[in-house]
Amino acid sequence: MQRFTREEMAALVARDIPEGAIVNLGIGLPTLVANHLPPDREIVLHSENGLLGMGPAPAKGHEDPDLINAGKQPVTILPGGAYFHHADAFAMMRGGHLDLCVLGAFQVSVQGDLANWHTGAPDAIPAVGGAMDLALGAKRVVVMMEHLTKSGTSKIVERCTYPVTGLGCVDRIYTDLAVIDVTPQGLVVAAMAPQVTLAELQRLTGVPLALADAARAPN
Amino acid sequence: MPARADSRRQTFEEGNVIDKTVASAADAVAGIGDGATVMIGGFGTAGMPAELIDALIEQGARELTIVNNNAGNGEIGLAALLKARRVRKIICSFPRQVDSQVFDALYRAGDIELELVPQGNLAERIRAAGAGIGAFFTPTGYGTLLAKGKETREIDGRQYVLEYPIHADFALIKALRADRWGNLVYHKTARNFGPIMASAATCTIVQVAAIVPLGALDPEAIVTPGIFVRRVVAIAGATPRIVPGAAA
Repeated sequence: MQRFTREEMAALVARDIPEGAIVNLGIGLPTLVANHLPPDREIVLHSENGLLGMGPAPAKGHEDPDLINAGKQPVTILPGGAYFHHADAFAMMRGGHLDLCVLGAFQVSVQGDLANWHTGAPDAIPAVGGAMDLALGAKRVVVMMEHLTKSGTSKIVERCTYPVTGLGCVDRIYTDLAVIDVTPQGLVVAAMAPQVTLAELQRLTGVPLALADAARAPN
Repeated sequence: MPARADSRRQTFEEGNVIDKTVASAADAVAGIGDGATVMIGGFGTAGMPAELIDALIEQGARELTIVNNNAGNGEIGLAALLKARRVRKIICSFPRQVDSQVFDALYRAGDIELELVPQGNLAERIRAAGAGIGAFFTPTGYGTLLAKGKETREIDGRQYVLEYPIHADFALIKALRADRWGNLVYHKTARNFGPIMASAATCTIVQVAAIVPLGALDPEAIVTPGIFVRRVVAIAGATPRIVPGAAA
């Protein structure tokens, strides 16, 4: 069994983003997607602190502390980009104007419930940021995460045990083992990492998985 | 009627002028009393009015309720205000950061109250206050710990949570340039909470890099009209890297 690397996962997400899409990439793993956007497609990145048309990190020495992304890292703005205040930035999400959000996660349930903001540990200081808005605020919400926790249990679960961020909000999950769609009929595997079998994936995941016709290996 | 228009122009030039500029940061924060609710602009340090916060620390107001996206970075600005133990409660979306050690210690010791608000709800509750909206229903947070105990309603098949506006006695914000009427333009993503906080506070206090003559700001480019602003102070050099010709 092979696993998709983090860069391969990012490339898979990027490949599925259509021309003209307005996209928010969440903090963590999803930020890698920016490095894999197809150069021949015009895709506009949204940053919820108040920026559309976000460009790559500036060259060293050209950072501007007033031009940052939601992770508070220095970025650039591309031609056609715009600045706006926070209520407008979130209206773009809350009003359903974004085409796609790519988010990291602790857990996703078979119903598409998302847990990604808080471990619920009693000594943890809670912080939510824009997670709950991002979870609901795009026409399509996809998650990028490792398939298994460090101790080997599935992060795709029957029911989230961590505090949820949003209910029934996830459309697709990209992991290091597979690409899985959340559908009203249950989880459907759209693609698997090389040499991963459905039986093996099923054993590791623990909740029922169906295989999409397109994902079946050719005879 | 040309005659009237002319006399009105004369009045503006000769006296009774609206002048919201004050001489110093200390003058700008005068009158902020103990127990006040104070909005502080900025997202991390971008747009944080550090010199106004320093003046507030110097001024001495205590038992404050602070509204900000974060809970301070490092030991400067908002973090310094927290460290000086002037803050009773903070309303924010993302307190925990790699450099939020001042807040973390106060929180763990039970020395500060935290109201954690999803970021979009925070922005919209501030906007609602400025727009005179009594409350609003939003899907954000439905079914989560942060909506616990709140009123909910199904509207057209979707579940919503009732959220109330956040008003403030004062807002401390940072912009790039102002005129004496308090019209403002901002600098890049440092704009963030400035425009909405300006509208939600009874007394909005702004630090800018430069005060320009009335009429020098392009009316098409003014982001916050002066109606939302009470006091303006120029803090030279406070906004780094001003690009010539940028942002009107």
